[in-house]
Amino acid sequence: MLSTSAGPIPVVGSSLTIEDKVGAVKARWKIGRSNFRVDPGLYAVGRPDETSPVLVTANYKMSFDELRKNLELVSAWILALDTDGVNVWCAAGKGSFGTSELVQRIQSSGLVRIVSHRNLILPQLGAPGIESHRLKKLCGFKARYGPIRAADLEQFLESNGKATPAMRLQTFTLRERLTVTPVELMGAIPHAAIVIGAYFLIGLLGGSGSLIQNAGIDGAYAAFALGSAFLTGIVIAPILLPWLPSRSFAIKGLFLGIALSMILALVRSPVLEAHGIVETFGISLSVIAICMYYTMNFTGCTTYTSLSGVKKEMKFALPFEIGAFALGAALWIVSRFI
Amino acid sequence: MNKLLYLRDVATVRLDETKCTRCGMCLIVCPHAVLQRSNGSIVISEADACMECGACATNCPTGAITVKAGVGCAAAVINSALGRKGSACCCVVEDNQGHPASGKQSSCC
Repeated sequence: MLSTSAGPIPVVGSSLTIEDKVGAVKARWKIGRSNFRVDPGLYAVGRPDETSPVLVTANYKMSFDELRKNLELVSAWILALDTDGVNVWCAAGKGSFGTSELVQRIQSSGLVRIVSHRNLILPQLGAPGIESHRLKKLCGFKARYGPIRAADLEQFLESNGKATPAMRLQTFTLRERLTVTPVELMGAIPHAAIVIGAYFLIGLLGGSGSLIQNAGIDGAYAAFALGSAFLTGIVIAPILLPWLPSRSFAIKGLFLGIALSMILALVRSPVLEAHGIVETFGISLSVIAICMYYTMNFTGCTTYTSLSGVKKEMKFALPFEIGAFALGAALWIVSRFI
Repeated sequence: MNKLLYLRDVATVRLDETKCTRCGMCLIVCPHAVLQRSNGSIVISEADACMECGACATNCPTGAITVKAGVGCAAAVINSALGRKGSACCCVVEDNQGHPASGKQSSCC
């Protein structure tokens, strides 16, 4: 605790513990994510005084930790807003990282008695929620937007609050795309288990062989095909995103689905029997529908898709996906009895 | 600059030049450099890069910029169509006022 004229303020370090890091990895995998948070309010990093900068962030622990770990050389105050444990960008979109919460948090933290200046540094990605031009009138503090990435903060502070153009641009690198993939994967597991299980069971029906032959060949093949479709839409699509043709995510997924269903048909061809064509179409359509749907779903993870665009592509893609999946499932059932 | 571009000609961002004071606030907050300064005045130079986050409109002191703000997330659109609010997705569903809706229930992100 650091004693100030507004009472004691908790001091946090700039190095993360093993526990902090494990918590972050778990949150990436959707484990304990909604409880990964810190108490809203004011914190001290290093030995800040009345002239030290005030940095605003969300009370999602991953956001808070990302900020403090980048303050090795700087002493500063951190003001964590109550965003219900949601990161800055998402919370700004919802409005919980917003003007009124900021104004209230400044008042409740006693910030005016702790610092002599009246300047705040806000994360750039908080801008959708903050009417910065109204702040001075509302609470006496003037806001300035810092860089997008906390890693650029020290350089930003050193250069007296000047951000380079690169600091203001949001990227979506391979590493960033892979970072957001596990949550999607975890979210899809229940749906994938039901669909894969159902296709496997249908494989047991009819057919020419015994139940065990059916399960080992037809059922296993269907389960493998569907499983690879989920993985392709959820993991391969984000990896290959910039290189897949079209700007539309659903069409990117369509290309992936066609490629995957061709590979699957090749794998299957040595053991194809008379019912092969109907089965191939059934599995292919199902695979294409799943690849398209999950690639389209990745729009929610990206850093650049707009609501207008997503609505536009969904208008044609969603009916197509539902139709292809229904037809594919029907053909897969029919193929078991001819 | 290798820009992240989405569908052509769908973004709803608009700039009213008669209200613009050229303060440059929008240039600071936009994470995709959609707006640029050209001969002193502000122009929308890459609308296809706009993700409609609403940062420019919210921070424009004269209301010169309008955008139908929302989150470009397929799951949120589906949840909205189904009337679900507390979705598993971090995205908020659009609202009608051109400002991100606040106070909606959501469980994650």
